[in-house]
Amino acid sequence: MNSAYILSLLQGLWATVVLSLLTFLFGGIAGFIVALARISRNWAISRGAAAYIEIMQGLPLLVLMGLCFYGPSILGYDSLSPLTAATFALTLYSSAYLGEIWRGCIQAVAKPQWEAAECLGLTRWQRMRAVILPQALRIAIPPTVGFLVQIVKNTSIASLVVGYAELSYNAKIINNATFEPFLYFGIAALMYFAICYPLSVQSRALERKLNVANR
Amino acid sequence: MTYNFDFAAVLAYWPLLLEGIWTTLRLTLFCTVFGILLGGACAVVRTGGPTWARWIVSLYVEFIRNTPLLVQCYFLIFGIASMGIRLPILVGATIALTVNIGAYTTEIVRAGIESIHRGQLEAATCLGLSRTQTYLHVIIRPALERVYPALSSQYVLLMLASSIVSSVGVEELFGISNRIQSETYRNFEIFVVLGGIYLGLAILVRGGFALLGLAMFPRRRKLGTPL
Amino acid sequence: MSPIVELKDVRKSFGELEVLKGVTFEVNRGEVAAIIGQSGSGKSTALRCMDRLETIQGGSMLICGHELHDDDIDLKSLRRDVGIVFQSYNLFPHLTVAENIMLAPRMVKGMKQRQAREIADTVIAKVGLREKMDCYPEQLSGGQQQRVAIARSLAMEPKLMLFDEVTSALDPQLTGEVLRVMEQLAADGMTMILVTHEMAFARKVADRVIYMRDGKVHEMGSSDILRMPATPELAAFVAESAEH
Repeated sequence: MNSAYILSLLQGLWATVVLSLLTFLFGGIAGFIVALARISRNWAISRGAAAYIEIMQGLPLLVLMGLCFYGPSILGYDSLSPLTAATFALTLYSSAYLGEIWRGCIQAVAKPQWEAAECLGLTRWQRMRAVILPQALRIAIPPTVGFLVQIVKNTSIASLVVGYAELSYNAKIINNATFEPFLYFGIAALMYFAICYPLSVQSRALERKLNVANR
Repeated sequence: MTYNFDFAAVLAYWPLLLEGIWTTLRLTLFCTVFGILLGGACAVVRTGGPTWARWIVSLYVEFIRNTPLLVQCYFLIFGIASMGIRLPILVGATIALTVNIGAYTTEIVRAGIESIHRGQLEAATCLGLSRTQTYLHVIIRPALERVYPALSSQYVLLMLASSIVSSVGVEELFGISNRIQSETYRNFEIFVVLGGIYLGLAILVRGGFALLGLAMFPRRRKLGTPL
Repeated sequence: MSPIVELKDVRKSFGELEVLKGVTFEVNRGEVAAIIGQSGSGKSTALRCMDRLETIQGGSMLICGHELHDDDIDLKSLRRDVGIVFQSYNLFPHLTVAENIMLAPRMVKGMKQRQAREIADTVIAKVGLREKMDCYPEQLSGGQQQRVAIARSLAMEPKLMLFDEVTSALDPQLTGEVLRVMEQLAADGMTMILVTHEMAFARKVADRVIYMRDGKVHEMGSSDILRMPATPELAAFVAESAEH
């Protein structure tokens, strides 16, 4: 085992974390918009959001990466950097899943609370902001933390079409030189595990807490 | 700057695309069968096995669910090759994908098994059914019926994720399109075409699962309500 | 006439809590015995011990010739002889009424489909639900589900039927249809032990009434004891039940 290789894996890990955070940031913003669009009373908007979710959930992430990587240059923009293209693709992908998760959370609290808030004479947006969203946020946290795990794992796809040098990319490069797949992919897997497992555990613990509180 | 789209150049390779679709579907089918067997067995062990076996299954499930499929593929397929074992690449890919989907299946089926009420087991016991008979007819069957929607979604995702095995050299739909790419340089068009095909396949696989569900669960067919 | 059920000083604890503190009684072939008492008196536990859903820790219990205190008891044979019906029906939700009834005859007795179907037809007629054979449990009312549960037990041709508060989960108007089925069963000569809150039913059908209190048999006798209780506790219990 060579320390330069370990360093390279750690650099890859850092790149994975950066891409994950960017994805969560932009994917979260876009996902929130998708969720609101999905529950919009405007038929066209809500159907449009539903179609968007349907399409994003019916495409392999790899294909989405390709579209985001090659698409902009065709439209006349400069070709995107691997990080930008990967963030773009993962944002689209995550926004659909997060949007669907959050729509579920909003609707779970909305139904019983909506009428009560309506009686108070609040506008739709006021009701949403003052009554629905704070409660939805509470039940949205466990599945959102759970989805973070998906994001982190999905960043590995960015090593393929767009060639973003994150953890699995660096591990593959090292393996090409050393032919020790069990060792280096094993270490890479453990690094992913070290990020994802605590998030999974946290997500489950939060969910349990929520279930107890709601009982 | 205007770009002249040329889908014809890509679609001219339709026999190659068909071959890729066929491979993707075969891969999905094998992994579905093996994945459900593996996941079902692990779920049974996880809920009713000896403590040490439950531990092993938990470890397997947690490890797979918290690492990327791509790294699992690299680890297994390159790893097996490094031991000097020569496997056809499609077999290696089937193993890797099955190991992956098996863990997700375990969790889903386990949730189904745990949702079966204790009274059901008592009733089966009092009627004289053996442990195996109880498991088969009173636990597994209704558990599968209950989690079937979740299971189908997971296997649609598996079909989409099977594109990842192109990275280890499997010429399924995504992998085979690399060839078209290198001959036509119509990168964007290829991804658009691939996207369309995968969307169609997702609908197809979902429909297949829906039909299978109707065949397997007569109660669902007759009443249409969730169990 | 030799008793088909014989309990002698039966004891059972859950952890620290002693639920049965020496229960002794007998039930003869063809008799209907009603076990009554406040909740927590141990009556349901006693019943569950009789089908070995719970194991007893002291005393002896003889059910249809099976020694239940024995560790190497033939459970399969015990459960052929004893049928039990639960408060919560416990029908298998993914199977039709016919499949629910035929499952055990096919699995346990190894019957062919046709033979099992004949038995199912017979027992479903006994509970008066012939037209519901192909329905699923969720399509039936609670009372109908409970009647199917009774039929499912009868299909194994048991020598003894146990009923664990089978009408407690039912609305009053559905209780009657289940009790009528049980009454007919008693008239046909089935040996039955029922844990019940239905005093009127116990008075009418039971040959033997067993009043349990605090893990013991407090008073026992013919159904006359419900009219003329010997102990003030049973008198109070009967009076209290009459109010509901």
